[in-house]
Amino acid sequence: MSDTQPLLELICPAGSLPALKAAVDHGADGVYLGLKDNTNARNFAGLNFDDKSLAEGIRYAQARGRKVLMALNTYPQPQTLKRWHAAVDKAAELGVNAIILADPGLMAYARKVHPELRLHLSVQGSATSYEAIHFYRERFGIQRAVLPRVLSLAQVENVIRNTPVEIELFGFGGLCVMVEGRCLLSSYACGDSPNTFGACSPGHAVRWQQTPQGMETRLNGILIDRYADHEKAGYPTLCKGRFAVQGETYYALEEPTSLNSMEMLPEMLKIGIAAIKIEGRQRSPAYVAQVTQVWRAAIDAVKRNVDAFQIQPHWTAQLTKVSEGSMHTLGAYNRPWK
Amino acid sequence: MLLPTIPAALPRLIAHLPMAPVSYALSVGLNRIAWRGLQALDWTPMHGRSFAIRILDLGVSAGFRVGPSGFSAAKVADAAVTFSASAEDFVRLALRLEDPDTLFFNRRLLIEGDTDLGLAAKNLLDGVELETLTAQMPMPVGMALNLLRQRLTLQ
Repeated sequence: MSDTQPLLELICPAGSLPALKAAVDHGADGVYLGLKDNTNARNFAGLNFDDKSLAEGIRYAQARGRKVLMALNTYPQPQTLKRWHAAVDKAAELGVNAIILADPGLMAYARKVHPELRLHLSVQGSATSYEAIHFYRERFGIQRAVLPRVLSLAQVENVIRNTPVEIELFGFGGLCVMVEGRCLLSSYACGDSPNTFGACSPGHAVRWQQTPQGMETRLNGILIDRYADHEKAGYPTLCKGRFAVQGETYYALEEPTSLNSMEMLPEMLKIGIAAIKIEGRQRSPAYVAQVTQVWRAAIDAVKRNVDAFQIQPHWTAQLTKVSEGSMHTLGAYNRPWK
Repeated sequence: MLLPTIPAALPRLIAHLPMAPVSYALSVGLNRIAWRGLQALDWTPMHGRSFAIRILDLGVSAGFRVGPSGFSAAKVADAAVTFSASAEDFVRLALRLEDPDTLFFNRRLLIEGDTDLGLAAKNLLDGVELETLTAQMPMPVGMALNLLRQRLTLQ
């Protein structure tokens, strides 16, 4: 790790221009965004940026000294490869601060055609070891890696000790089934996955219906959960469904819950995490404003005095409210066993 | 408390009233107040599709569709997608004080029918800057909404 590396940059999601402005106005150091197509992993109807809003978003953020990172983190298919190349060209032309990539072929293209363009390795690249990160650095010159949410903080520290590449960690937001970039559960149910289509459980496959038994969630006709009136709900993904297993119905893969690593901020500062990423490009400007504000305050507090850092109850209350299933977890970051 | 308490008998009373006038009033109101600020959006994917909102605590439902010249009333039963929430939560959503996913997780918002259409409409509206929208509303309405938003933000 060099002395010039950033420390705990706050990177916030922007699914629209108002969300981008909300992030910037509430203290994000950078925003990440995508185009209105399947070149990014939040390809939902009506979401994301067209040429006009992208240019305005970049202008707004950079005029205030904030960074704009463009996610191009799906895996191109041979028939449509030109779309991904055009997106990389556009990012370079408009002057984004970095692009976030998962596909090595696309990294090779970016490196060759736009050598000045900064590359970040997406969480979808699923690199969990410093050896894997070395590979991407040596071959394509990546300067930052977003780690999958499967490592304990001790393992993250080991990665940081052994690579000069900046490390970005997820700090808050939706958790998935922990095989980022490799998960085919959504494809299994509806034929589309985040890796190529750009969305897990795309809207066309999701149906909610209130029935006398409760609110039912179906994915391509498959019943994946039924909520009683008092129960909190989660996203309509297969990994967070309840299934009948040997006569018992329960969350067989994982519970609908959000990641919240705030209590580990002091350790994250000490081990040299370059950036904290907030999940949620699919969410509205209100969420972005609320979560950015809380995390800005927390990061400022830990940087001011790491030993006196204390989580304020109203921060937790705000984050619990916006969490999936109204619950949050430290996920794999806090794992006593090895 | 953000909005006046609704008398318990009101939803039961309203349930017996025909909903067509409510749909008509809603589409006329939306056209007068909001269409000027919304007409530049690309509504094409939504042409010919109808939407319904159910205000659960008021017992009111309204249907509408969007065309090239604005909103028009539609039958609630014909809606391709229906949004159900309380009056207060609809107000908070409209004023960008609440995120729809948050309300959904907390079981305060239900989206039934064509989810993709609902998402497309939500994301289209999220792309509009609220200040731009209220600035294009008739002045007293825009001012009142900005004021209401400020007051609700402080609570």
